Amino acid sequence: MIDLHGYGPRLLEGALVTIELAVLSLVVAVVLGLLTASAKMSRNWMLHKVATLYTTVIRGVPDLVLMMLMFFGGQIGINMFTDMLYDRFDIDIFINVNEFVAGVITIGLIFGAYMGETFRGAFMAVDNGQIEAGRAYGMSHWLVFRRIRFPLMMRHALPGLSNNWMVLLKTTALVSVIGLSDMVRVASEASKATREPFTFMIIVALIYLLIATFSEWGFARLQKRYDVGFGESH
Amino acid sequence: MAATPIPLEVRDIKKRFGDVEVLKGLSLEAHKGDVITLIGASGSGKSTFLRCMNLLEQPDEGDLLVHGEEIRFKQTRHGREPADWKQVVAMRAKLSMVFQSFNLWAHMTLLENVIEAPVHVLGKSKKEAIEHGRALLERVGLAERADYYPAQMSGGQQQRGAIARALAMDPEVMLFDEPTSALDPELVGDVLKVMRDLAEEGRTMIVVTHEMAFARDVSTQVIYLHQGHVEEAGPPAEVLGNPRSGRLKQFLAPKH
Repeated sequence: MIDLHGYGPRLLEGALVTIELAVLSLVVAVVLGLLTASAKMSRNWMLHKVATLYTTVIRGVPDLVLMMLMFFGGQIGINMFTDMLYDRFDIDIFINVNEFVAGVITIGLIFGAYMGETFRGAFMAVDNGQIEAGRAYGMSHWLVFRRIRFPLMMRHALPGLSNNWMVLLKTTALVSVIGLSDMVRVASEASKATREPFTFMIIVALIYLLIATFSEWGFARLQKRYDVGFGESH
Repeated sequence: MAATPIPLEVRDIKKRFGDVEVLKGLSLEAHKGDVITLIGASGSGKSTFLRCMNLLEQPDEGDLLVHGEEIRFKQTRHGREPADWKQVVAMRAKLSMVFQSFNLWAHMTLLENVIEAPVHVLGKSKKEAIEHGRALLERVGLAERADYYPAQMSGGQQQRGAIARALAMDPEVMLFDEPTSALDPELVGDVLKVMRDLAEEGRTMIVVTHEMAFARDVSTQVIYLHQGHVEEAGPPAEVLGNPRSGRLKQFLAPKH
């Protein structure tokens, strides 16, 4: 049996942090992605410009730089704001940037930009006749989206979505630089302390692989669900 | 006799695409039980005219009254638009459309297609909608196809299914946009038969079609469009049997 020198429980906690971080970031990214795609397809030019600026900046700056900007820069920004509140209005508050929240927001922001492009392509692939039929039958904009546009779009979005998810999952490792105890950070601490880097890194690699394999199974099921009605024959 | 509101009234509709005026002031009144067929060469504006009736296209000018209620419009930067989309949504629920390319929702079974709008737009109970839906599928000869997806059916079956979907709304007026044009010739007959039955039971229908036999036998009024205006209109015996304009004569000629 491999000797973990008592780091087992901490590694497990780290793995949970990784999973929580990844799942919550995914939720933020999907919501931002849908909003970005809608904004880019909107005929309102302001929305269009804002969305384009967002995707250009996020996709053009390294993830690690964004992470540090958000965490350290974010803290400075908040401090300036609370100082201003104190000086002007005599309101004394102190907000500490929570590493976990900062991580979720940063990763969500990064992948929202990629998801936006994935969703935009998928929305454009939906046959317009299907949408028109919904409108012609008295469906509101929202009902058309919920019952027709979204489920038909998902079929096209899922391959890109699952790809983004895999990259996102691995990007969570970056949060160790802002001091969050995800499994990579725990493993690197353990490696240094025990001088057995291989033991801990191979375990981390296997855990990532396990999550990735499980995700692929999940995405395959989702794809099957959204493929219903397409390409089958009796 | 108390005046009952006219199911659909369209007054002086004009529509431009860029510099091209495709509809140059078209009007029609569909009374209860009317079957109005719109004929004309491609590019005459007949489909655009039909699509203006449920506002899939926004007319630049003209009035639209559904069951006596006038649709309100406003001017925006993007041109004229309905002032109240809720009114449009309610209006569309009274008119149901059958499309050239069927447009059954691909991710739903036939029965799910048929009950979708009755449940989510009209607020019917699912049980009631299913009962009604099955009866309608029976009627168009597709009872045993209820659980099939559109991709698993022939074009003719899909179009009959689309007609069942339209009927499920209990519409005031049914709009048909070239319902047989995308079908193989041997499948056209079944669809036309269903439409003839509907006309016989007194449904109010507006049909854009190239099927001259259908126009002649079934319709109460034929409107021949040419380049966005009405060239000739009247009972089929007159318009098709004794065309006055040279253009209409020419249009009808190769089909005789």
